[in-house]
Amino acid sequence: MLKGVGVSPGISIGKAFLLDRRKIKVEKFTIAGDMVEEEVARFMDALQKSREQLLQVKEKLTHDLGDQGHAHIVDVHILILEDEMLVNEAINIVREERVNAEWALRKVLTRFANIFDQIEDPYMKERKSDIEHVGQRILHNLVGEKMRSLDGFEEDVIVVAHDLSPADTAQMHRGRVIGFATDLGARTSHTAIMARSLEIPAVVGLENICTFVKTGDPIIIDGTDGVVIVKPTPEEFRDYLEKQRRFKYVIQELLKYTDQPAETLDGYKIEIMANIEFLDDIPHVLSRGAEGIGLYRTEFFYMNSPKLPTEEDHFRVYKRLAEQVSPRQATIRTLDLGGDKIESKLHVMDEPNPVLGLRAIRFSLKHSDLFRLQLRAILRASAYGKLRIMYPMISGIEELQQANLILAEVKDELSSEGIYFDEDIPVGVMIEIPSASITADLLAKEADFFSIGTNDLIQYSIAIDRGNEHVAYLYEPLHPAVLRLIKRTVEAGHSEGIPVGMCGEMAGDPLSTLILLGLELDEFSMNTASIPIIKQIVRSVRLEQATELAYKAMSFSTAKEIEEFVLREMSSKFPEFF
Amino acid sequence: MPKQTVFIKNKLGLHARAASQIVNLANKYTSEITIQKGDVTANGKSLLGILTLDAPLGSELLVDVNGSDAQELLTKLIELIEDKFGEKN
Repeated sequence: MLKGVGVSPGISIGKAFLLDRRKIKVEKFTIAGDMVEEEVARFMDALQKSREQLLQVKEKLTHDLGDQGHAHIVDVHILILEDEMLVNEAINIVREERVNAEWALRKVLTRFANIFDQIEDPYMKERKSDIEHVGQRILHNLVGEKMRSLDGFEEDVIVVAHDLSPADTAQMHRGRVIGFATDLGARTSHTAIMARSLEIPAVVGLENICTFVKTGDPIIIDGTDGVVIVKPTPEEFRDYLEKQRRFKYVIQELLKYTDQPAETLDGYKIEIMANIEFLDDIPHVLSRGAEGIGLYRTEFFYMNSPKLPTEEDHFRVYKRLAEQVSPRQATIRTLDLGGDKIESKLHVMDEPNPVLGLRAIRFSLKHSDLFRLQLRAILRASAYGKLRIMYPMISGIEELQQANLILAEVKDELSSEGIYFDEDIPVGVMIEIPSASITADLLAKEADFFSIGTNDLIQYSIAIDRGNEHVAYLYEPLHPAVLRLIKRTVEAGHSEGIPVGMCGEMAGDPLSTLILLGLELDEFSMNTASIPIIKQIVRSVRLEQATELAYKAMSFSTAKEIEEFVLREMSSKFPEFF
Repeated sequence: MPKQTVFIKNKLGLHARAASQIVNLANKYTSEITIQKGDVTANGKSLLGILTLDAPLGSELLVDVNGSDAQELLTKLIELIEDKFGEKN
């Protein structure tokens, strides 16, 4: 039994699929003279197969993400695959040296890798990884192994990997992956967030699971308790089947009430919204009881894309969002990336402290042309449904005023062009820096709503790098400082009459639900999997019970005491969830 | 056979997207095409070849086209480079 961090609840029982990023071991074989042409044909077959796979990936990406950026990467891969330098040279090596195609291909790949190492331009140098990717794909097809991509499985699998990239999880999207276990990762890593929104159990931070799991091994993932069992005994198997059955039953029961409001027994109602990244998720999250989209991330537009998205690229996606969510509301967060992510497109300098550097709204204000373009697209789309704009990482009133000034200019521009948009589109501030929370009374005067982003708020108020494993233990959502900042933000917002929501991971954590309810937040926006559970918790208490619990919790002096107290209270009230 | 010297004017240079546009264009023609930068020569129908030229903004390239539809390919290619591969900056 292995213990890691459970980041997405539920139990999966199935077969492991080891996503091994290590290079395939290629050995050299001599080919008999009369077999050479057959070897060449085998190589051509592998190329053809690789090409078909890439075309499928491309179609899936275009369809799922509705964006051409990712698809273009795949186009580049196809061109590499068909590149005569690569193909002819590999074939020549097979013919001249009478060696197996794997060996010939590896030789060509190594030669290209060496050439690219000499290249000075950092952006072009990066293409080395594309060539390696393509090479690996061909090799896999040559060896006859199933390509290690995360879609197109014919049976359910539990993916075991050292780490998963955003691209991996994008491919996993609604596929046959029923769980995953990784060596690396934390609660707030991209993959953890993704697993929760896909509602598949996941355990991360297992350190070395990759070294002793093989594809095909029977495996159990308990994403609630953070446990992974490889090759379970019959007893373990039976216990977990029973546990899985109970978990499924509870969820099934909860799903009967998805259309009920999140309202306490004495009538205090909060809005339950969903955080999403892909438009395809919309029907699903609405069916799970989301009352709108509380956070639509727009970062994927810029990631992996070889060029910057145009206004039309943005507009098309936002329009679909508005239409699909209508008549409910969707909140679009403007670009929340650091310069590091789109550096290659904009030649931004490396930063010593990217987390504290030029990112989110700071980046948008500096590169106001990009910001304007995104705002134009959001405003244009606002004619098709109810949209809200949210600025990430506002640190004080000046940034809010600057952003609003740009927004006003963009509105004037559109008006003078005779383009229709929602003149009163609500504009909100994400509260995720202590300075914003402390000056929330000032910000509230010029904002239409607040949304507390707890992932960063915790990181900045406790001063921990959430990616750094040495200080990960300090990442405590229930730290007294964090609770005080939340309380202060809610009070400041309410005294100006604006709603205060939360779109951080904490909003979807059942352990925190009563505290947040007690602090009188108006809106919780979360991953899909949590929605039914959070609703159920809200629906089974009176507001005063929650208030009492919140204030009692805040009377303790350490995060540990608070956590122990809350866990005790919650597990006695809701034994089925804890 | 037509030859022409041209300078790379787009900000990102002959990166993957630009190079793939060249390859896609060249593949529509039967003519052979080589692109030379300094003492390195690449086949204009090979993405990898073009990338290995390592040609950022400002690079001087010698384009050499050989075949029945050579002139038209050369003209189209120069247009593409002059148009900065459709990049806005």
